[in-house]
Amino acid sequence: MEEKQLGLDLKEIIEASLDARDERISLQEFHSRVVNAGLRRDVIEEISRTKREPEWMLKLRLKGLELFEKLPTPNWLPDVLAGLDISSMNLYVKPNTGTARNWDEVPNEIRNYYDELGIIKSEQDYLAGLVAQFESEPIYENVKKELEKKGVIMLSMESAVQKYPDLVKEYYMRIFPPSDHKFAALHAALSSGGVFVYVPKNVRLVTPIEGFFVIGTPQEAQFEHTLIVADENSSIHFIEGCSAPRLSKDSFHDGMVELYAKRNARIKFTTIQNWSKNVINFNNKRAWADENATIEWVEGSLGAKVSLVYPSTILRGEGATSTSLVVTMAGSPGDWKDSGSKMIHSAPNTKSKVVNKNIGFNGGVNVYRGLIRVNKGATAARAYVKCDSLMLDDITKAYTFPHNEVMEEDADVAHEAHTLRMNEEQLFYLKVRGIDEKEATSMLVLGFIDDIMRELPFEYATMLNQVIKLELEKLGAVA
Amino acid sequence: MSELKIENLTVEVEGKVILRNVNLSVKQGEIHALMGPNGSGKTSLSLAIMGHQKYKIREGRILLDGEDITNLEPNEKVKRGLFLAFQNPVEIDSIKLSTLLVAEYNAFYGERTTPLEVLNYVKSSVKNVGLTESILNRGVFQGFSGGEKKRIEMAQMLLLKPKISILDEPDSGVDVDGLKIIADAINKLKVENNTGYIIITHYRRILDYVNPDLVHVLNKGTVVASGGKELARLIDEKGYEAVIKN
Repeated sequence: MEEKQLGLDLKEIIEASLDARDERISLQEFHSRVVNAGLRRDVIEEISRTKREPEWMLKLRLKGLELFEKLPTPNWLPDVLAGLDISSMNLYVKPNTGTARNWDEVPNEIRNYYDELGIIKSEQDYLAGLVAQFESEPIYENVKKELEKKGVIMLSMESAVQKYPDLVKEYYMRIFPPSDHKFAALHAALSSGGVFVYVPKNVRLVTPIEGFFVIGTPQEAQFEHTLIVADENSSIHFIEGCSAPRLSKDSFHDGMVELYAKRNARIKFTTIQNWSKNVINFNNKRAWADENATIEWVEGSLGAKVSLVYPSTILRGEGATSTSLVVTMAGSPGDWKDSGSKMIHSAPNTKSKVVNKNIGFNGGVNVYRGLIRVNKGATAARAYVKCDSLMLDDITKAYTFPHNEVMEEDADVAHEAHTLRMNEEQLFYLKVRGIDEKEATSMLVLGFIDDIMRELPFEYATMLNQVIKLELEKLGAVA
Repeated sequence: MSELKIENLTVEVEGKVILRNVNLSVKQGEIHALMGPNGSGKTSLSLAIMGHQKYKIREGRILLDGEDITNLEPNEKVKRGLFLAFQNPVEIDSIKLSTLLVAEYNAFYGERTTPLEVLNYVKSSVKNVGLTESILNRGVFQGFSGGEKKRIEMAQMLLLKPKISILDEPDSGVDVDGLKIIADAINKLKVENNTGYIIITHYRRILDYVNPDLVHVLNKGTVVASGGKELARLIDEKGYEAVIKN
């Protein structure tokens, strides 16, 4: 399917989000009501009550809390996350506004913030739909009329739970159950906001839909949940953008994405994560792919101090395919970018491809933990993993922990890993062609991730390009 | 009138002196041939002039139009009108040739030209050396033949129109047709742009196409002889021994 040429320069979004990060936009005093910090049963009950949730949702939250207390902290986490005191954070921050379908109904100070990020304009110009979240709650949701006519549902998770409780219940946290690990359980307990999308049978969307998430309060914890169900023979491209201004204290993001592509359906899910440096990002992403369905993950994990993201696909149906292209960048001391895709082959003739590219400098750390599993019965599975690290200086580190579990003999599982340093002769060549060192470096770095850039819509590639260039400005600033 | 002056240049690599007290002066519009046996320091001289970090300048200086450019960054030297065509340029498969040529054009001329115009210049620079546009879509030198590499180096020279150009063995590994195209590019820029040249070569062949004003012979890091075209003929007939033994 050809993607329609996007009309607007998304560069503006990224510029504005960078502006916000660098505190060039004055941080406004947002009126918000913070439910008492503390991870207690009564706090969770109050959140559920405020949202007027059905009984099953409250039960799921309480089960999440119970599991969170019971499950051990994963032993491979970096110290900063293992030592995080969740209960001291603002677990639920309700902006003083409801969810609008029209930007005029959104309070000025919040609307201005989104306006400065360029999101309002990009929605007008090329998005088929948008849900915007501020703090813990969606403040805006809208989907273009023609999509509504085709039966496409795109709502904030809160509205979806109210309007389509049965549909949501059928899929919500089935793909990624709370029992999976401690932070999935925490997410279940505190989930708030996010997007629900349902694409009916045979509906193929050509323009992307976007969800944009902003953290505005220091020490906030955000737990948005995105659930996309693409029914048989349908297709959708969902773009997820994240931003936070530089706040005084660390914030925590424990979001979840569940995708379900039914027979012959295709879901492409693109994330440009550009949180400010004091956000700790733990993302839970998992997809189901039924017979001949396709799941494509594209992830640019650029911002945040610590980011952990592992896009995973369970290839449940015969002939299902999944790709995962991930770029991570760690460019400051203390930066820890942990990533890795998981492909679980559970049916015959399934295919997966993982390309992971790490860029490190100024003492940043990149870690790859990937898994390819071919279950018994998943005959003729094919999996390919390529994992490259580019380190621009000697104080930077990259670790690779690939893991294969193959239960079928005829599986074809290939793994390639390369660790690269900046090539001095290439750099010299570019300089002798009149290109200065910074420009030459960014040309080589962008060349390194070229196969991922090519997968992005033009505007997003431009934006990624720009973020990387700006980050590279800091190259050598520490040493 | 532009002039590249190399004064008393002594260069070390990893603590070892590889060029000693080299003096050379090239004016715009002049063609100097630099010859010498393998390992005599010809390529080292070209890289040291451009500012390769491996080559430490221990003594002497490099002047362009009277300005001391000894310690400038390579790209600054290029901006002032110096050019080097590499003997064996490094492959950069992650960057497309078109991306490189556009970037260097913009770096050199500033971004005052529209992207479309730049692309036209880039395309014609490739055609001027007898190659087809499709080569622009390949990675820089990725899988190029020896001849294609030399031609692309020449294409870049035509694009940047330097005042003084150093060509490191532009003729090695090139067939007769290629040699003619390379010589044409050299002559074209000499006439149109009054470019001055240092042409490093082992063979008299190319000097039959481009007419050198002076021939220098380098041996063990030192210029041991300078003279007219007849010096090249002498080397061709009797080998380097004929000029080095004195």
